[in-house]
Amino acid sequence: MKRVRVGAGLGFYGDSWQPVRASIERGGVQYIASDHLSELTLAILQKDRQKDPAAGYARDGLPMLVDLWPLAAQHGVKFILNAGGLNPEGARAAIAKAFRDKGWTATIATVTGDAVLERFDELAAAGESLAHMDSGAALSSVRSRMLFANAYLGAQPIVRALEQGADIVLTGRVADAALSLAPLVHELGWKWDDWNKLALGLTVGHLLECSGQGAGGNFGSAAEWADIPDYAHLGYPIAEVSEDASALFTKAPGTGGRISFDTLRQQLLYEVHDPHAYASPDVILDMGTLKFDDQGNDRVKVTGATGAPRPQKLKIVGGYHDGWMGTGMIGFSWPQAYAKCEKAAQTIRTLVAERGWPVEDMNVEYIGYDSLLGANADPTYRDQLNECFLRMTIRTQDRKIADAYGRLFPWLGLSGPPYVGSMKGVQGAKELLGIWPTLVRRELIEAKVEIDVEKT
Amino acid sequence: MRVPLWKIAHARSGDKADRADIGLFAFDAPTYEILKREVTKARVQEHFKAICEGPVELWPLDNLLALKIVLNRALQGGAARSLRMDNLGKAVAAQLLRMEIEAPADLPRLKAK
Repeated sequence: MKRVRVGAGLGFYGDSWQPVRASIERGGVQYIASDHLSELTLAILQKDRQKDPAAGYARDGLPMLVDLWPLAAQHGVKFILNAGGLNPEGARAAIAKAFRDKGWTATIATVTGDAVLERFDELAAAGESLAHMDSGAALSSVRSRMLFANAYLGAQPIVRALEQGADIVLTGRVADAALSLAPLVHELGWKWDDWNKLALGLTVGHLLECSGQGAGGNFGSAAEWADIPDYAHLGYPIAEVSEDASALFTKAPGTGGRISFDTLRQQLLYEVHDPHAYASPDVILDMGTLKFDDQGNDRVKVTGATGAPRPQKLKIVGGYHDGWMGTGMIGFSWPQAYAKCEKAAQTIRTLVAERGWPVEDMNVEYIGYDSLLGANADPTYRDQLNECFLRMTIRTQDRKIADAYGRLFPWLGLSGPPYVGSMKGVQGAKELLGIWPTLVRRELIEAKVEIDVEKT
Repeated sequence: MRVPLWKIAHARSGDKADRADIGLFAFDAPTYEILKREVTKARVQEHFKAICEGPVELWPLDNLLALKIVLNRALQGGAARSLRMDNLGKAVAAQLLRMEIEAPADLPRLKAK
């Protein structure tokens, strides 16, 4: 029976690729599927591209490939990565140049056609409302502030790139799991309407797309997290997938972390809405029929995926400018650290009110007490804290006010409550982004998808 | 007896647009039955009333001994618009583990400790 081994690459823009080395060296992987784009990473890349039209791609793709390519080439490992961001051709140009400088050859493909902001009028003319898919709000409320809008493409264009001999496939926005599903379809010859097999492939992609989280990283628990071995060398998950739609999850020998029923099921439900209808462009997965066989020694076999036909519409996610955040922070030592933070918060409120600043929202948090647990923080020791940091943030439409707000805080060091810490400078205004998910008929998107294959 | 969820279950949370979502997992089958009975949409809504402005959705998954919980409109419009320290909702699962439920004293995890 045919089998293929796919290993997890990055799980976000800025993640470490060092664990990928072990997967290539000792994990027997044939493909690395690397996810560089979270929901709003494209907003960062859009700003890069505004400054430099040749930019707009995830900048960690290039150093990752330069670092790993000699080893990957030796082992015949291919890379599929969405590090193309808003400019897959630009990413390829940069990578091709680096490869040529080193005398390396590789066939690099780009997948484009996901960027749709420039096509909004055309899509509207074709009958798409582009309304917010959750709230139903009309696009007109945010259109002029929209910074990017990209469709989530599926695995099909990646498979076409692999069929044309690509060693490296650079995409823009695709469904994260499509990065893994594509090599499975390509190697195992699955049909595009074999929904149960595609559903297993989607499961694999979803379990690999968050790198270390699929191998015991961020294992959410009160005590059991401390039993995860060797965080420093935590391995990324690897799936060995068989033609008959079963997947054996493991990681490279000698790495830290853990592959178990517990660590995999945490990742399975991560950032999922309805688990009986987990939608991707290629298939809709019902997680309720999956079976996990934990064989011990970091080996778990997954079977039983059931899939429903792919959706008729593709999801688009846009990001729009939604004001500015001003941030101020100040910390106090015992005694009465919390009470002093409260007094500082009252003082700042007074200053903001006296200035008449147009503040839409203010958030007050006490780091060391409730900044992560919110209203579920336990107040038992609140008044005996060794130290406490006040963090106060505002939302305003005025960038200058967001900047000025942070400068209110240092004054408290000499004119506020005693035993101040953390005078580490002032944070400037940060742009806030709203998210705009919407749905569009897939044929309107797919008609513009292009694959381009080039040898360096 | 009253038992906090952290003694009998594990959980991870994340974000999608303005939703925070949580997977809550029993360590064993008897505990899963208790979670299904006790961790209701209404209880979760009450537990997160300070942040969750929309409805709570909840799906039990027998094959995973898990509950999938979604808090709608819980992230101040989404991670990149949120003013909170935990803008990604990563600690929302920790908040859930603080919930106390009624559970029998002979659950495996309670006997083992």
